[in-house]
Amino acid sequence: MKFGVVVFPGSNCDFDAFAAIRDVLHQPVEYLWHADSDLKQCDCILLPGGFSYGDYLRAGAIARFAPVVEKVVEFARDGGAVLGICNGFQILLEVGLLPGAMLKNSHLRFVHRDVILRCENRTTPFTCGLPDGALLRMPVSHGEGNYFAPPNLLAEIEERGQVVFRYTDESGVPAPGANPNGSIHNIAGICNEQGNVVGLMPHPDRATEPVLGSTDGIAMFASCVTSLQGTACEA
Amino acid sequence: MNPENTAKAIVTVRYKDGVLDPQGATIQRALSDLGMNGIQGVRTGRTFELQLSAGATRDLVERACRALLANPVIESYDIEMRA
Repeated sequence: MKFGVVVFPGSNCDFDAFAAIRDVLHQPVEYLWHADSDLKQCDCILLPGGFSYGDYLRAGAIARFAPVVEKVVEFARDGGAVLGICNGFQILLEVGLLPGAMLKNSHLRFVHRDVILRCENRTTPFTCGLPDGALLRMPVSHGEGNYFAPPNLLAEIEERGQVVFRYTDESGVPAPGANPNGSIHNIAGICNEQGNVVGLMPHPDRATEPVLGSTDGIAMFASCVTSLQGTACEA
Repeated sequence: MNPENTAKAIVTVRYKDGVLDPQGATIQRALSDLGMNGIQGVRTGRTFELQLSAGATRDLVERACRALLANPVIESYDIEMRA
């Protein structure tokens, strides 16, 4: 299987994602240019972190009109595996592949630190290989990561099990102090109803080698390989 | 084109009720710190001044709001057309 990493003007974690796949996971990976309308037969699309189009207007608001994103939307609607990391998550929200919206961090500061995530949905391609109740450590790095959904939508998201990751403390409790940005219900990542599209604010791409302080992120990419190769990922 | 002589649309985008506005809350506290205690709350927003071609309609501006200027999940918008 082959991964595709989309490159927008202003992406700055495209190489982190690319290196995670090529150098740690040893899987085929290609860059996909924002102005192209070709997904190059990739089996999984990664929307990386950064500041696409300068985050003008709202984070992700302009990127959603890029030609490649139209193709990503078609790919996702056909059931293709798509992972949006940080700015990639914001783009997935703006384009409507995922429900809800992103607000500025409640404390109004850019936040860069490690967080603990509790996985709550192991039916997605990116989490089906994680152990039950998995706690993952990886960094967040954003100014606009305060996830919001109005009450009715939030209830639907929770009821359908679309919350994939929640910010928790070291013991897996979603305590207020574990929430780095004010996200409602400590939500760090969600999926669409079908489960093939996942977005999260923390960076699994920056937690892939011991030198980075955590290797917990690689399990999400490895999970996708396992899932798409159709082996061993029973949720 | 002289922007002074063209028709304009003034679009105001603001957070819907119930959506947290941390910037507004911070500004309100700052005003309170300055002694302006009569201001109980601040909600921030954003104004766009669109310079319109001859014949451009309110419908076009509506479409711009829905497609890009506002995120309907969290924001509402008002349009004021100026000849």
